[in-house]
Amino acid sequence: MEVTVKTAEQLRLTAAEFELIKEKLGRVPNFNELCAFSGMWSEHCSYKNSIKWLKTLPREGAKMLVKAGEENAGLMDIGDGLGVVFKIESHNHPSAIEPFQGAATGVGGIHRDIFTMGARPIAALNSLRFGKLEEDKTQHLLAGVVHGIGHYGNCFGVPTVGGEIYFDPCYHTNPLVNAMSVGIVKAGETVSATAEGIGNPVMFVGSATGKDGIGGASFASADITAESTGELPAVQVGDPFQEKKLLEACLEVIQTGAVVGMQDMGAAGIICSTAEMSAKGGTGMRIDLDKVPTRQAHMKTWELLLSESQERMLLVAEKGREQEVKAVFDKWDLPCSVIGEVTGDGILNFYMQGELEASIPAHELVLGGGAPQYDREYREPAYLQEIKAYNIENIPVPENLRSIADRLIQLPTIASKHWIYDQYDSMVGTANASTNAPSDAPVVSIKGTKKALAITTDCNSRYVYADPYKGAMIAVSEAARNIVCSGGQPLGVTNCLNFGNPFDPEVYYQFVQAIKGMGEACIKFDTPVTGGNVSFYNQNPDGPVNPTPTIGMVGLLEDINDKMTLDFKEEGDLLYLLGSSRNDISSSEYLYKVLGVSKSPAPYFDLAEEWALQQKLAGLIRNKNVNAVHDISEGGLFIMLCECGFNRELGFSIRTNQSVRKDAFLFGESQSRVLVTVPASKVSEFENAMGAFPCEKIGVVTSGEVLIDGEDWGSIDHWKEKYDHAIENYLIKEEAGSALASI
Amino acid sequence: MKFGVVVFPGSNCDRDMFDALSQDMNQEVIMLWHKDRDLSMFAKEDCIILPGGFSYGDYLRCGAIARFSPLMQSVIDFAHQGGKVFGVCNGFQILCESHLLPGALLRNSHQKFVCKNVFLKDTDNNIFKIPVAHGEGRFYADEKTLDDLEDGGQVIFRYCDEKGQVTDASNPNGAIRNIAGICNVNRNVFGMMPHPERATSEVLGNTDGRKILKDLLMSEELANHLA
Repeated sequence: MEVTVKTAEQLRLTAAEFELIKEKLGRVPNFNELCAFSGMWSEHCSYKNSIKWLKTLPREGAKMLVKAGEENAGLMDIGDGLGVVFKIESHNHPSAIEPFQGAATGVGGIHRDIFTMGARPIAALNSLRFGKLEEDKTQHLLAGVVHGIGHYGNCFGVPTVGGEIYFDPCYHTNPLVNAMSVGIVKAGETVSATAEGIGNPVMFVGSATGKDGIGGASFASADITAESTGELPAVQVGDPFQEKKLLEACLEVIQTGAVVGMQDMGAAGIICSTAEMSAKGGTGMRIDLDKVPTRQAHMKTWELLLSESQERMLLVAEKGREQEVKAVFDKWDLPCSVIGEVTGDGILNFYMQGELEASIPAHELVLGGGAPQYDREYREPAYLQEIKAYNIENIPVPENLRSIADRLIQLPTIASKHWIYDQYDSMVGTANASTNAPSDAPVVSIKGTKKALAITTDCNSRYVYADPYKGAMIAVSEAARNIVCSGGQPLGVTNCLNFGNPFDPEVYYQFVQAIKGMGEACIKFDTPVTGGNVSFYNQNPDGPVNPTPTIGMVGLLEDINDKMTLDFKEEGDLLYLLGSSRNDISSSEYLYKVLGVSKSPAPYFDLAEEWALQQKLAGLIRNKNVNAVHDISEGGLFIMLCECGFNRELGFSIRTNQSVRKDAFLFGESQSRVLVTVPASKVSEFENAMGAFPCEKIGVVTSGEVLIDGEDWGSIDHWKEKYDHAIENYLIKEEAGSALASI
Repeated sequence: MKFGVVVFPGSNCDRDMFDALSQDMNQEVIMLWHKDRDLSMFAKEDCIILPGGFSYGDYLRCGAIARFSPLMQSVIDFAHQGGKVFGVCNGFQILCESHLLPGALLRNSHQKFVCKNVFLKDTDNNIFKIPVAHGEGRFYADEKTLDDLEDGGQVIFRYCDEKGQVTDASNPNGAIRNIAGICNVNRNVFGMMPHPERATSEVLGNTDGRKILKDLLMSEELANHLA
């Protein structure tokens, strides 16, 4: 087969990239080699349109044990000879086409990134975005994605402890499925994704290779169109049982000491793992592809190189110790075969039946090596002018705020997500301390120590759309705030940057500004970005999704008994609002979904003010001045009060602040505010501790009544009923459909 | 007495059971591998536990393959000789598949996996808050078997509400007669869908599972000692 620029373009490489490949090789690549470049130089693997800006993020910190981007996931020191390994990754495009398998393999892939480093995953989170819940398509996607996440995570046996879900029409065609995994590793037991030691065997471990997921990496690097729904084979199929065995076997094989390096096979399969391990080790490999166990006959070289069959690992062992390695995988009934060896020439040579089928310098394929890096142009999007025209004065305060609260609490973005999270095993591992005592960020105990992790994912993409710079700062700040509200100290960040097409200058503007804002906030909170993932092309002919730079953040509690919860404890406890009330309803759920105003600025936010709030709050929690803490987020103060009351069925009576609009006080989403309760006996202590810090006493916890300025707004049970059942009421149709399908 | 916890490929509550018994309840626990056969270190008053998870991927039917594993043959013999055997969740499914307990566990009536705290009551009307986590937990048996179970006092747990009322709303999976756990006629084999091992730690804020494990599995003397 003759390889031309047309072939390259069919493989989603540009004409200029084809020239570059010819230059690097000094010849025209054959089809196999071109496929290798197509996978490795795809956006997904090469970060070619983002790396320039990613490098500007704060990527260093005293507690970082590996450099950002150097390994499969971030690794940070948490003391006592332990490290936390964590990463978030997208599986948006596969989930749009095949929601069940797309989401399931997203979960499988992120866990592999954690245990390939030698860590045992202890918690999973996910950040999801869908279109309007009223739409049949959304209900189909939601049911499939949730089922997929549950199917994989429940069987794999790692608890899904938290996450977030938003519904907005911009995600109708392009849902976002971001999965995060967090693991714990002992110092000295980590494994690097490197190939070292000339002559060392390269071993292939795990499931046999099939034709599923071929071209997945380049598929994820294109817009979704009508044709792409015909690309079904580009979505992989997952087997969580196989991965559970792979986890146990990998952690066991590390104990033998015979492992030199290990990397999971995710995007771009064998070519990616061989190239990255070799490039990192400064070595090459000779691989006999016909020794790779396959589950389909007659697989071609390029198919073997690019297949994204799941639950596979590439492992480099010490020469002569192959049997020790094999014995562990035998015990777990997993295939394990030597498929090649490490060489010293830096070249990847792939053979089939003794014939050389592809020969490429490893270095030329990878990010930081030969992979191209682009500057993309950007310009301020036109819609930002419309946002600047917004004026709160043009919006009258509605008459009946109670009926507005009624609608607000039933909005899918705000209402209880129990229909979703009840389908996830959130308790396996017996370490989730938030099941019986909810907090802003789930708290997960680290067994064998007094320590715990507080973990969260956050991003309100409407804020980022309204102001990419400030919106990204808010995402980082909210993550840090959730951790501080739970009694933790923010440690580090992993990010999942979901954007539209980077060739659109307005989209790229959102990307650049979001990176700048994120970087500034991460410096302020001393939370380096340890790694993550970029997902561009979340776009369809109707336009891009809202810019969604999801922040995954991990925080540490030195003693799990320092954990803080969000539920009201007792009738008579006093309610205080920390931070300043403002005349601000910008970009709130209230303004957008209830009043129907789609373009307004990001809510009020000041980084210094936020930082001061979190410092103050950490002190109050440490000194036990407060007994419940909940930050103000989507839906505003009224919704937060309800959420605090639900767990023990306690209500609240509050006075609104007359200096701001009543709707802004109750439903505004102005940032850097936190609701706390204080037992009556500790009020003077609390007020002394507050000093001059902005804070207002707003009311008292009741036995169940809800009173706003003395007006009876019903009981907490009334609000809980609406909050608990809103989502399932939308889904009755879908449920009936799937029940029929299962007959 | 001591405990043995069987590890099948795909078991994922084995460590949790180990931690609950050894750390929270200070018991001796030995982990057992599914490919082994030797149970000679266990006496009749000891207890073999089949933990939760997805043994052999739950392929074919939950617990259907685990039943044929080498160690299960020994566990079945151990049970027939009067040794204590306890299955939780997937372990309960395996016990039914092995015919050590009657009935079967069907797909939840709402067709979805469910994980949450539920309430149970035992035959003495003690109420417990215990988590469930399963997709196939709907206990089913024919009417005669059910009547026999009831007559023999073998229904050891039923789903109920916080106040102990046995209602449809408190039944998380559609189990017939709200049955959450049963035992055999000889009262040495026990199975339940809820996870008592997930409710033994003060750090997690729920220790209701301790009493269940004590009452079911330990001699009166030992249970009193722990209490």
